[in-house]
Amino acid sequence: MSTRRYSAFALAREALRDHLGWQRAWAKASPKPRYDVIIVGAGGHGLATAYYLGKNFGIRNVAVLEKGWLGGGNTGRNTTIIRSNYLQDPSAAIYEKSRALYETLSQELNYNVMFSPRGVMMLAQTEHEVRGYKRTAHANSIQGVTTEFISPERVKELVPIIELKGPRYPVLGALWQARGGTARHDAVAWGYARACSDMGMDIIQNCEVTGIRSEGGQVTVVETSKGEIGCGKLGLVVAGHSGVLAQKAGFRLPIESLALQALVSEPIKPCMDVVVMANTVHGYMSQSDKGEMVIGGGTDAFNNYTQRGSFHHIEETVRALVETFPMISRLKMLRQWGGIVDMTGDRSPIISKTPVDGIFVNCGWGTGGFKAIPGSGWAMAELMAKGHSPLSAAFGMERFREGRFIDESVAAGVAH
Amino acid sequence: MSARLPTGGRLLDRSQPLDFTFDGKRLHGYAGDTLASALLGQGQMLLGRSFKYHQPRGLVASGAEEPNALVGLGEGAFFEPNQRATAAELHAGLTATSQNHWPSLEHDVGAVNSALTRFLPAGFYYKTFLWPRSFWKHVYEPFIRQSAGLGKPPQEADGSTYEHFHVHVDLVIVGGGISGLAAALTAGREGREVLLIEQTAHWGGRAVVDAPQIDGQSAEDWVKSALQELETMANVRMRTRTMASGLYDHGYLMAYERVSDHAPATPGPRHRLWRIRAEETRLATGALERPLSFAGNDVPGVMLASAVRDYLVNWAISPGDRTVVVTNNDDAYRTALALYRAGLAVPVIVDARPQVTGALPQAARDAGIRVEPGRAIVKVDGKKRVTGVEIGLQLGEGGAMEHIACDAVAMSGGWSPAVHLWSHCGGKLTWDEAQALFRPDASRPPRGDKGQPIASVTGTANGHLGTAAALADAGLELDVSEPAEEPMAPVWIMPQGAGPALKRKMFLDYQNDVKVSDVELAAREGYESVEHAKRYTTLGMATDQGKLSNINGLAVLSGALNAAIPATGTTTFRPPYTPISMGSIAGAARGPLFQPVRRTPIHGWHEANGATWEPVGQWRRPYAYLKGAEDRHTAVTREVQAVRNSVGLLDASTLGKIVVKGPDAGRFLDMIYTGRPSSIAVGKCRYGLICNENGFLVDDGVVARLAEDTWLCHTTTGGAEHIHAHMEDWLQCEWWDWQVYTANVTEEWAQVAVAGPKARAVLESLGGMDVSKAALPFMTWAEGELGGLPARVFRISFSGELSYEIAVPADRGMELWEALLQAGAAHGVTPYGTEAMHVLRAEKGFIMIGEETDGTIIPQDLNLGWAIAKKKEDYLGKRAQERPHMADPKRWKLVGLEADGGAVLPEGAYIMAPGENANGQRHTQGRVTSTYYSPTFGRGIAMALLIHGPDRMGEMVEVTDGQGGAITARVCDPVLYDREGERLDG
Ligand SMILES: Cc1cc2nc3c(=O)[nH]c(=O)nc-3n(C[C@H](O)[C@H](O)[C@H](O)COP(=O)(O)OP(=O)(O)OC[C@H]3O[C@@H](n4cnc5c(N)ncnc54)[C@H](O)[C@@H]3O)c2cc1C
Repeated sequence: MSTRRYSAFALAREALRDHLGWQRAWAKASPKPRYDVIIVGAGGHGLATAYYLGKNFGIRNVAVLEKGWLGGGNTGRNTTIIRSNYLQDPSAAIYEKSRALYETLSQELNYNVMFSPRGVMMLAQTEHEVRGYKRTAHANSIQGVTTEFISPERVKELVPIIELKGPRYPVLGALWQARGGTARHDAVAWGYARACSDMGMDIIQNCEVTGIRSEGGQVTVVETSKGEIGCGKLGLVVAGHSGVLAQKAGFRLPIESLALQALVSEPIKPCMDVVVMANTVHGYMSQSDKGEMVIGGGTDAFNNYTQRGSFHHIEETVRALVETFPMISRLKMLRQWGGIVDMTGDRSPIISKTPVDGIFVNCGWGTGGFKAIPGSGWAMAELMAKGHSPLSAAFGMERFREGRFIDESVAAGVAH
Repeated sequence: MSARLPTGGRLLDRSQPLDFTFDGKRLHGYAGDTLASALLGQGQMLLGRSFKYHQPRGLVASGAEEPNALVGLGEGAFFEPNQRATAAELHAGLTATSQNHWPSLEHDVGAVNSALTRFLPAGFYYKTFLWPRSFWKHVYEPFIRQSAGLGKPPQEADGSTYEHFHVHVDLVIVGGGISGLAAALTAGREGREVLLIEQTAHWGGRAVVDAPQIDGQSAEDWVKSALQELETMANVRMRTRTMASGLYDHGYLMAYERVSDHAPATPGPRHRLWRIRAEETRLATGALERPLSFAGNDVPGVMLASAVRDYLVNWAISPGDRTVVVTNNDDAYRTALALYRAGLAVPVIVDARPQVTGALPQAARDAGIRVEPGRAIVKVDGKKRVTGVEIGLQLGEGGAMEHIACDAVAMSGGWSPAVHLWSHCGGKLTWDEAQALFRPDASRPPRGDKGQPIASVTGTANGHLGTAAALADAGLELDVSEPAEEPMAPVWIMPQGAGPALKRKMFLDYQNDVKVSDVELAAREGYESVEHAKRYTTLGMATDQGKLSNINGLAVLSGALNAAIPATGTTTFRPPYTPISMGSIAGAARGPLFQPVRRTPIHGWHEANGATWEPVGQWRRPYAYLKGAEDRHTAVTREVQAVRNSVGLLDASTLGKIVVKGPDAGRFLDMIYTGRPSSIAVGKCRYGLICNENGFLVDDGVVARLAEDTWLCHTTTGGAEHIHAHMEDWLQCEWWDWQVYTANVTEEWAQVAVAGPKARAVLESLGGMDVSKAALPFMTWAEGELGGLPARVFRISFSGELSYEIAVPADRGMELWEALLQAGAAHGVTPYGTEAMHVLRAEKGFIMIGEETDGTIIPQDLNLGWAIAKKKEDYLGKRAQERPHMADPKRWKLVGLEADGGAVLPEGAYIMAPGENANGQRHTQGRVTSTYYSPTFGRGIAMALLIHGPDRMGEMVEVTDGQGGAITARVCDPVLYDREGERLDG
C-alpha cells in the first residue's frame, strides 16, 4: 500500500520502509484533446483558480498548462509577505479573504504551507506617512481588517534590532497587523497542485501556450508546445507574460513588466520575529524559518523580462535596511534574484472578463500578489463559473477606460 | 589526529607564531595560516554542526567552497557570524567561536540521533505539523527556527567602515592562477589596461601545489617570474583578497575586496566593493573538486583530495596518521603521492574504475602504495572522527570485503569548472561527456546590449584541466611537463548498487544535510524538475550555494529519473559567488551620509533656535521652534497666533522653483497646467494646478511671469524634482520640436515668507523698493532692492494673511533672514514652522498636495474647477478627466467639518454611511483629509471629502473614531478664516 495522506503517523510508517511508499505529489499528465476549462500558468494564482473551480463549483475537467515548472514564476521567487491592511475597500476585501483562507490552508490542502501569522509592521518615518497609516487604520477598522497604529516604543518592543532614531528618518510609529505574516511560497504552489491533481485535474508542465484561437468571438482552442487543446473556457493567469498572451488572443492589456529583486542573508539564529516594511527608505525585511534575513525593495525603473535586475537597486535596498537595522551590516548577502512583475496603472490587479467570450484574465498582481493567492483563486473561480464575483467585481479591466482606479499607491501624494 | 609537520608549508612563516582562541581555548598558529589550517595544526578537526541534524562536521575543503567550517569571528561591534574558516587568514588575537550547537560543539543536545534522521527526510515539514492549527506558530515554528539558523546575530551596530571603488579598464581578469596570470601577461605585454583580481591572499592557484614543470622551471618559480614581470607593467593592476562576486547586465562586474579582515587593526575600510566597467571580462576562475557519495562521507576526517594536498603543501598539515584515498580519476593520486613524500601512511587507494593504468597510478604503485581498482568505500566508520573504512566492490551492493583502519579519507569525484560568473548574466553551459563536467558554451555567451559577448572564459574554468592546455587557452604556448592522465569514470555514488540504508548516509549537501536518499525521494514524489528537487530537499541552498553539491545532486537526480544529466539541466547560478557583507553593499552611505540632507541657507539658524525637525522630501524643515520648555503644540499655537495678530517668518526656500523659457514656453505651460499660464501678464502671478495623464492632481503652486518668454513655476517642496522631470519627459519624448528650456533653480534662491498684518510694515522698515498696495498688489511680483539686497518680491499668500515672499540669491539668504528679524523686532516677528503653516492654510481652506490629494483626486473634487481653463483645447489630464467615473456626480467633494463640542477629529478618519457592501464592508461616504486644532478659532477644524458635499452644508455625519465607534460632526464651508479675502488683499 502506498501513502497519499500526510500526517506524523504516515511519516513514521514510511520511515520504517525507507520512504519508498510515498506517492507522487501530483500525477504526470499529458494533454487530453479537450477540457471544460484550461488555465494557463501554474503559478499560485492559476493553481488556486483551478482548485476552487473544483472545490467550490465541481468543475473538474480542468487542465493547468505551465511553460516551465509549476510555481517557477513569481510564486517561487517572492518574499512571501502576507497582509491585508490595504486602504481601498475592494483591495481590503480580497486580501482579507485571502489572508483568512491562509489561516486554514495547510489543513485544507493536507500540505503544510507554513502560514506564520507573526505580524506585519509598516513603519511611518515622516509625518506624512503617519497620517497615511492612521488613515489606513481607520479604513481597516470598518473593513473588518484588524490593524492598529502603534507607538515607536511598541515598535522597539516587537523589533529589538531596529534603530528608532535613524539619523535621517526617525521611526514615528507603525501600522501593525498582528495576523499578517509569511508562508512557504513553494509549498503553496505544491499544495494546490497536489490537491488539484487529487481532484483529477491535469497539471501539464513544460507546456507553453503559443497561440489562442476563437470562433465567432468565442474561444475554442489553445495551441501549445504539446499540441492543440480544445477548451470551453480559458483563464490566463501568467503574471508578467499576460501582455504577450493577451496579444495572442487578440486584445491588449494595460500591463507593464518590470524586474523586482530580492535577496537573502546567510542564516542566523532568530533575532526578528515579525515582518517590517520601511517605505520611506524603500526596503523590507523578515527572517525565514531557516534563519535567513529575507530582504526586498522597489522595482527597477525600466521594463524588462530578464528575471535579473540591476545591482544599484540591491544597493539602495541594502543601504536602507542597514540604516534601519544597523546590526545587519555584518551579515552577508547570500543570494540575490529577480522576478518579472506585472504592473497596472493603478497598481491593483485585473480579474476580468475579456473582449473574447470564454477568456478570463487574472493578472496585474505586481509586487504583492503572493498574499492574494487563495483569495484571487477563489474570486477568479467564481467569476469563471458564474460570470460574476463580488470579490472581483471592482477589478474588471474596463475600470481603466472609466477612470475608476483602485489606487493603493498613495505615492502621488506629496509631502509639502 | 591532524597535526602540524615539523617542516614544510610553502605559505607558512614559522618565524612568526600567532596566538588565537577557538571557543575560548588558546591555540597557536603561524603567519600565513588560515584559521582552518591553524585549527588542523592543533588537532581540531571537529569544527561545526550541520544545519538540520546537528551532526558533527569537520573541514571538507580548503577554499571558498567549504560548507562546514563556519565560525563566528571577532567580538562586540566587530563580531561576524558564519565566516568560513578556510577563507579567514589568521592574525594575532583572532577570536573564533563555533556555531549551531548547545551547550557545546562536542556535546550538542540538538544532534539528531542517526536512527531518528530517517523520520526527518527531505520535506518532512510539508507533511506534518498540520495539527493542531495554532501549534505551527507557537510550538513547531519556534522550535524549527531555533534549531536552524547557524550563527548568532551580531548584537551591536557595525564598528567598521566600507567604501566603493569605480574602475574602468580594458580588461579585467578574474582569478590569479596560472591561466589568469598568463592572460594578464599576454594582455599586459600588448599594453592594455589590465586589472587582475584573486580571491585568496596568494597567486598561483592550484599549480603551485600540484607542481608541474612550466617552461623549464617549477610552477612556483614560473609564478614568481610572471609576477615580477607583471609588477613592472604600469598598465597592469593586481589585487589579491578580491573576489568577483557577480556579473551583471552590460558586463558590469562587481568585486569584493576584503581589505583588512586579515589585519583588523589597520585603519581604513574593512571591505571595498569594486564596480568594474571593462571592455572585456576574462574569467579564469578555475575548477572545484567534487566529493564522492558514500555512506559516512560526512564524518569529520573525510576531505576533498585536493584540500588534503593544499593543507599538506601550503601549511604542512597532516590530516591524519593514515589517509585512505578514494577516487574516480587520476588526479587524486597526486594527493596519495604528496602524503607519501611527506612520510605519511596511505594504506590504500580505492579507485572506482575497473582498470587503473595511468602514469600517476603507476607512480603510486612504484611508491609501494596499494591501489584497489573497481573498489568502493561502502561505509566510513566513526562518529566525530573517522576510525576506518569498509571496502567493497564498486559494482556491488555494499557488502564489505575488508575493513581498513584510518583516521582520514581523501576523496575525489572529479572536477567542475567554476562557471558561476559566466552564468550570472545568461551564459550557457555544455556538458562535456568525457570529463563529466559542465563547461561554458562559447557559442552562447552572456551578451550585452548589442548582442556582443560580455565575458569569455580561460583555462581550467573553460574545461581545460591539464596545465599545458590551460596555459595555451590563456594565450601562452609553453613547455609543460606533467604526468598524462587517463580518463576519469563518471561515478557519483559508491557502491553503484547501494540500497536505502547506505543512501541515507551519503551526504550531498553537508551543511543542509541533504542525502542521496533525499534527492531520490524528491524524484519519486514528482519533484522532477531540478528546481523542484533543489527546493524540496534544500540541496545547494546553504551558505556555500551548492559549490560542492550541485553537480553531484544533479547526477543523482538524473539517475533517479533515468535521464541524461544535460537533459535534467542545472539550477540558476545567482550572485554573489561567495557571500559579501551588507556593509560593503551599503558602502559609505551610512548614518549622516545615508541620504544627503538638503539645507537651506537658513538651516543653521533654525538648528540654533529650537527647531524641531520634520523630514520633507530630502530636506529637513522646522516643524516648529520650541522656546524654553514649550512642547510642539504650544509652540505651534504661539506661532499661528503671531502670524494672525502681527507677523511671522517662514523659510520657504525649499519650495520648488523651475524656470521655463523660450518661444514655445507659454504653449508648453498651457499643456502642463490646467489653467492658462500663457495669459499671465509680465509682473503678475497666478495659482496653477498640474495633473498627470490620468487626470489626477499631482502638484500646485504659484506661476509668475518673469518676462515675455520666461515663467517661474513654484512647486511643492517634495515635488520640485519630479515636476521638473515630468516637464522634461514631455519635452524630450513628445514635444521635442518645441523651443523650450527648463531649469530647476530651487537652490539658487533663498525665499522667505513674511506673513501677517504687519508684514508690509516690516518690509518698509527694511527700506528699498516700493511694496505698497498700489505698487505691489496681491498676485503681482516685482524685482528691486530690499534692505540693500537684490530681491524678487512676490505678493502671494498661503496663510490667508497679507503676505510677501521675498527671494534673494541663496548666498544672501541668511542676511535677509537676519534683516527681517531685526526689522520685525518691534512687531514681535515670529519664525514659524511647517505645522503652523499647515494650520494657517487649513483655517483659510487652502488645499495641500499630499493631504487633500493622494493621487486619486482631481481638481474638480476640490472645488478647484475655477483653476481649469475650460475652453482650452487640451492639457495633460483633460481627456482623463472626461472619463465617466471622473465626471460622476457621486465623487466625494471638498467640505469642512466641525466636530461636536469643538473636538479635533482623528487624522485619517472616514465618514460612514448606512449599510454594507456585497463583501460585508461598512459603506463610507467620505473621509477627513486634514484635521488640526485651530488657535484662531479655539477648537478643532477639519477638511474632508464627502459625497455631494457642497450641497450638504449643516448636515450631521458620523466619523470613525478608530476604536469601532463614531464621532458626530457637522458639514461646513472649508473656508473658515476671512471668507471675503480682505486680509489677503490688504
Ligand atoms: C522579488 C519578488 C518579491 C515579491 N514579494 C512579495 C511579497 O512579499 N508578498 C506578496 O504578496 N507578493 C510578493 N511578490 C509578488 C508575487 O510573487 C506575485 O504577485 C505572485 O506570485 C504572482 O503569482 P502568479 O501566479 O500570478 O504568477 P507566477 O507565479 O509568475 O505564475 C505565472 C506562470 O505562468 C507561466 N507562463 C507564462 N507564460 C506562459 C505560457 N505562454 N504558457 C504557459 N505558461 C506560461 C509562467 O511560467 C509562470 O509559472 C513578489 C514578487 C517578486 C518578484
